[in-house]
Amino acid sequence: MTVEATVQERFLKRAEASGLIDVAVTSMDSPIGTLLLMATPRGLVRIAFEDENRDEVLGEVAEQLSPRILELPRRLDPVRRELDRYFAGRLRDFEVPIDWSLTGNFARKVLRRTARIPYGSVASYGDVAVGVGTPRGARAVGNALGSNPIPVVVPCHRVVRTGGAIGGYGGGLPRKQWLLALEAG
Amino acid sequence: MKPTALPPFQLVFDAHAAAVLAFLTGAVGSVEAEDCFQETMLSALRAYPRLGDASNLRGWLFTIARRKAIDAHRARARRPAPVADPDPGATLDEHAQVDDGLWDQVRSLPLKQRKAVVLRFAGDRSYPDIAAAMSTTQDSARQSVHEGLKKLRKELR
Repeated sequence: MTVEATVQERFLKRAEASGLIDVAVTSMDSPIGTLLLMATPRGLVRIAFEDENRDEVLGEVAEQLSPRILELPRRLDPVRRELDRYFAGRLRDFEVPIDWSLTGNFARKVLRRTARIPYGSVASYGDVAVGVGTPRGARAVGNALGSNPIPVVVPCHRVVRTGGAIGGYGGGLPRKQWLLALEAG
Repeated sequence: MKPTALPPFQLVFDAHAAAVLAFLTGAVGSVEAEDCFQETMLSALRAYPRLGDASNLRGWLFTIARRKAIDAHRARARRPAPVADPDPGATLDEHAQVDDGLWDQVRSLPLKQRKAVVLRFAGDRSYPDIAAAMSTTQDSARQSVHEGLKKLRKELR
């Protein structure tokens, strides 16, 4: 039992106008399963694959950022449009603003560096470690990538092992393979 | 002990919005209920991150809703009276048509009885729910409703 959609919609409008929706959430279908998308007023803050428990993901964000989380699909329209075009092979570079609040200093550096790996190419964990000034930190880089809160848009799938092995992926290897194959055209 | 973590507000809204709106419809009438509801939910959302304890979110929302209903009654009292009030004609059974005069009486009940009566008839809550919301036993919740109704019958006679 809940209230009419129009009543909820008016509530969302006023809440948004008053700057009270700290995190907007929605989900979208994609070729690699349903994606849970979250954005703050500053930008895209979290993407979760469907095998992550939705309530747990929301609970973590509630604790780490703010419990003022509401379903507000329109804030995520730009993200959804870019992802749709990306999955259709018609978008190479994401332009939506990113909110890095869920990442620590080192992980943020690693992920920013990762975001500069061009579409369709790959880099090794060691390459990224060098790129962030810790040449011997390949393992730490791997950990930072594994905790990427914004997979796909921050393309940690483009980081592989030296010598061509595919390496790990927080969203599971089949997704990493699928994304690399998409970008290979 | 770590306090219960605050769930995403969307879950709070989904779980309790209908009951809050029903309560407000009873308390201020259907015309003003939605305004009060929006004010209640916005106040709640504004204060939510500072709420220390998530163990009784429904009770917390109803507390805010009750304040908003009282504000609405005060605002109405300052406005000129309408030409004709709807005929009260209230009988108090579970299916009674509520009217504002009745709710004025309800508001004058002692706190425990008032809470119990409002939760039972405006919120349409079950006795286990009411007991939980009031941190008391079901028997005691029934007792409060019973006594509240008895008092109302006497006063409305």
